[in-house]
Amino acid sequence: MVEAMVEFYQTPLGRVVLDFSFCLILLVVLLLSIAFLLVADRKIWAAVQLRRGPNVVGPFGLLQSFADFLKFVFKEVIIPAGANKGVFFLAPLISVTLASGAWAVIPVSATWVIADINVGVMYLFAISSLGVYGIIMGGWASNSKYPFLGALRSAAQMVSYEVSIGFILITVLLLVGSLNLTDIVNAQQNIWFAIPLFPMFIMFFISALAETNRPPFDLPEAESELVAGYQVEYSSTGYLLFMLAEYMNIVLMCAMTTILFLGGWLPPFEFLGFIPGVFWFVLKVCMVFFMFAMVKAMVPRYRYDQLMRLGWKVFLPLSLLFVVLVGGVVTIWPDLIWADVPAAM
Amino acid sequence: MNELLLEYLPIILFLALGAIIGIVFLVLAFVIAPYNPDPEKVSAFESGFNAFDDSRMTFQVRFYLVSILFIIFDLEVAFLFPWAIALKGLGAVGFWSMMVFLGILTVGFIYEWKKGALEWA
Repeated sequence: MVEAMVEFYQTPLGRVVLDFSFCLILLVVLLLSIAFLLVADRKIWAAVQLRRGPNVVGPFGLLQSFADFLKFVFKEVIIPAGANKGVFFLAPLISVTLASGAWAVIPVSATWVIADINVGVMYLFAISSLGVYGIIMGGWASNSKYPFLGALRSAAQMVSYEVSIGFILITVLLLVGSLNLTDIVNAQQNIWFAIPLFPMFIMFFISALAETNRPPFDLPEAESELVAGYQVEYSSTGYLLFMLAEYMNIVLMCAMTTILFLGGWLPPFEFLGFIPGVFWFVLKVCMVFFMFAMVKAMVPRYRYDQLMRLGWKVFLPLSLLFVVLVGGVVTIWPDLIWADVPAAM
Repeated sequence: MNELLLEYLPIILFLALGAIIGIVFLVLAFVIAPYNPDPEKVSAFESGFNAFDDSRMTFQVRFYLVSILFIIFDLEVAFLFPWAIALKGLGAVGFWSMMVFLGILTVGFIYEWKKGALEWA
């Protein structure tokens, strides 16, 4: 029986079935954790402001997200008269597809990764670049002023910070010598990259906030001026999908911070190695998410010119400088970098 | 099938699953939720006013400039990817040849800074 199953999973069809079930499991776990992280986000926000936050649905309000989901599904779909209907519905669909697709390459533990491709970082970089399309299509197709302005701002902001994210990725890749995410984590066995690349770690965190349109960089949906930015005309599940994509991207950025700088699934101390890696990974992602939530609660919103100045005049030159610096160090001492590194190519 | 291509199969499956979830949610609202539009409801939101004019309007040229700058620097990053991976085996020659490339781009960057292309006012 077991042998027959093993044999089946080696045939092409079996492979598809196996991969499909892995994908399904990861996606379901991801959606569930996002539901709870959303509650956590609101709870932390509330706690900082000495409020209770959601506390009615379920114990401590834990089931709030599921109630919200039902509410979204039962709301009327409003299609603006002037909207380009096809693009209008394609936009949230693209957003959510790309946001979830990026998760296929994230290694949750040493052996738990759905697609262990050689160009993992490249893939993530490409997918997060494409994310702009969902937003700009949604803003344009709504044919309304606030979404249009919000989408423009959002696109400009996302592409600006993507440049510095790119350079920060390069500094990590210089130390690792591989684009594979599993290799990147394994290269941190002796020291997490957050320590030698500390300035890059901070800049990556801030750029991730800007890239996901989180406060203090939530200018695309600045309530006091643009109402809700590119989402203004969306109701019901269209809005739900945008929000889902946003939170998926946020958690993805938390996971990327963990993998690139905080040692992924590696335990903080050698003697804690008996606890499975997936525990450390989830713990670290939750810690980074906690930081995201705290920043949202405490930092006032940036002005748009300050935001662009920070991206182009501070982060870009600084990260470029660090590429040169780290490149120089790697050239002079190619073996210095923390042992156990997979050979380049 | 090619083993290298097989590695990408789960990605396609995952993207498909994401799209399916999106489509199911969108269709679900159409099936379950009420639908009775009226002219006021489906008009473009403009803080309660009737829309003054069409929203396909002109926008500030700065946004265009930012996207052009983005293309330049994103290409630069794309060039850096293979260099960063292989640098350990390339030695000083590899390092300095990339420095020449970065130097030229930095000159351009300083120029656009001085020209005020990065000012947002």
